[in-house]
Amino acid sequence: MLMADRMIAAFLMALSLYFMWHAIALPIGWNGMTGGPGGGAFPFWLSAIMFVCAAGVLVRSLRGKSNYSGNFFDPETLSWIVSVTIALVLTIGAMPWVGTYIALPLFMFWYLKIFGKHGWVLTGSLCLCTPVFLFFFFEVTLKILLPKGLTEPFFIPLYARFF
Amino acid sequence: MELLSHLADGFATSLSPLNLFIVILGVTAGLFIGAMPGLGSVNGVAIVLPMTFIVPPSSAIILLCAIYYGAMYGGAISSILLGIPGASTAVATTFDGRPMAQQGKAGLALIVAAVASFVGGTISVVLFTLFAAPLADVALAFGPAEEFALVLLAFTTFVGLGGDDVLKTIIMICLGLALSTVGLDLISGQPRLIFFDQPGFYSGISFLVLAIGIYGIGEILYTIETSKSAPSVTPARITFRDLWFGIKEVNKLWKTLSFGSLMGFFVGMLPAAGATPAALMSYGLSKLMSKQPETFGKGNIEGVASPETANNAASTGSLLPMLTLGIPGSPTTALLLGGMVMWGLVPGPMLFIEQPDFVWGLISSLYTANFAAVLVNLALIPLFVWALRMPFTVLCSLVLVLCIVGGFAPSQKMHDVWLIVGFGVVGYLMRKADYPMAPLVLALVLGPLMEKSFRQTLISEQGNVLAFIERPLSATFIAISAVFFLLPLLKYVKKSKRAQDVPGEPAK
Repeated sequence: MLMADRMIAAFLMALSLYFMWHAIALPIGWNGMTGGPGGGAFPFWLSAIMFVCAAGVLVRSLRGKSNYSGNFFDPETLSWIVSVTIALVLTIGAMPWVGTYIALPLFMFWYLKIFGKHGWVLTGSLCLCTPVFLFFFFEVTLKILLPKGLTEPFFIPLYARFF
Repeated sequence: MELLSHLADGFATSLSPLNLFIVILGVTAGLFIGAMPGLGSVNGVAIVLPMTFIVPPSSAIILLCAIYYGAMYGGAISSILLGIPGASTAVATTFDGRPMAQQGKAGLALIVAAVASFVGGTISVVLFTLFAAPLADVALAFGPAEEFALVLLAFTTFVGLGGDDVLKTIIMICLGLALSTVGLDLISGQPRLIFFDQPGFYSGISFLVLAIGIYGIGEILYTIETSKSAPSVTPARITFRDLWFGIKEVNKLWKTLSFGSLMGFFVGMLPAAGATPAALMSYGLSKLMSKQPETFGKGNIEGVASPETANNAASTGSLLPMLTLGIPGSPTTALLLGGMVMWGLVPGPMLFIEQPDFVWGLISSLYTANFAAVLVNLALIPLFVWALRMPFTVLCSLVLVLCIVGGFAPSQKMHDVWLIVGFGVVGYLMRKADYPMAPLVLALVLGPLMEKSFRQTLISEQGNVLAFIERPLSATFIAISAVFFLLPLLKYVKKSKRAQDVPGEPAK
């Protein structure tokens, strides 16, 4: 826990330096012509405050003044979190490629059948009904086209039917 | 009298068949969302917001408010039946709600919670109606300097009253404000903070992306971790005799309830406080004022009623500054504010002048939502008992899919979906390390207003920084902010003499 606290503080310090580096592309000082700060001032000085506070958290932790103990991650649940995160990343990565209507049911199948250990009936019905609901809700009613990727040609007859 | 005629006009809007249907739909959805352990009003609003494009903007806001309302009622259901608060706002309800359920009085506890919520909701909606127009009138006098000072005040309440680690709170406020500057500079129009030259950042980071990330994906990850073992659901049966008995019992508690409602309403207005502390304070106070304080925590009806009135009153209270001043009183109202801005209904005093139909329609819909919530709540109790048995993985998979599609829908860019996952994972890790999330979301929503009002003031005053303290109202706000900001500092100094690295000025 202590280690994680330090790592997050260090990450935030690095993040604020990165923000500051981006912000100096615009004037960060006082603009004498218009009055008031330049365009980069807000992000720059806010990131500077963030840097100082994150440094404060880090220093406090290094001096042993924080009252954290125990593990940051529960070893048993960590594998769950990591596998759900990986599944999410793979699903989103696959969406523009194989299309929403393949990627999302595959994700649900993995989540319900393999991760959740549910039966075939529940898994199958949810994997079938969810894409149908999404299609009618987002595409037909709201006219928001979800990414289709390779599956685009299969939807042309459906477009012709519903639009 | 003018007030009554406005309200009557409002009812003409909110009682239209579409809006009435929307209110009932909203409170039912809210009740379910609130009853699910882990999901509360803020999660519900974040996940449902992208789907509300299906109805006109004014109805969408009514729907979201109804969800907010319903979730406040629903939180009590899992507090009582599972012993796990359905939302953080219902933590105090578990103290006496769970013992009541274990004594076989789950049905009575649910009735008392619903009726007490109704009382809290009703008193606070009346207060809301009375305060809304006068407060909006006062706010009409606000210029950019006052707006800036007010936003500053909202943030310093987190530092002074938030109760979280001060350094971490300031970090989250600054992070949210810095993220809100991504995109184009408000005044010169130059691009800034375009990370990795990704074109997606030119349009900025939407509050919805952050909210779905943190309150959708992040919350699910957090819940996966915390709900290792399935909790047992206490069966609850409701009879008309119970109902009658419950109403009679609540009737005896009118003093606690009116006090809890008043306090909840005013505590709810503060951005840093909100429904959770309001409910805890109300619980504590009713225990203090009770003649038998030793029965609290062992299944006292009053211990269920007092936090439930306060959290409902607080949710209405947090809507007041959002609608009249444009400053949200809670993370959920911050999302409502973001949604309203997205639909072109900018909250603030001008809304009362330009869109009176919408404003009074919304206010009157709070009355109908309150009625609908108590009726739906009592009628559907068996359904909630059944729904709470639903395996958690089913809920998780559906919520994650809705987060992905809901994140894509508003902007139709995969860039936003990636950001959602990023915010979700980082938000989950930071939350585990005790970084508060509410200031981050509020800062991202209020960031553009804060920067705009700050720079507008300085431009119109030719760079005179003293402009902020030369105007009486803004000076007052800044003085109160300074007090809030110094509060934790004073506590620190008092507690120990150790030197601590605290920045000398509030976030500008």
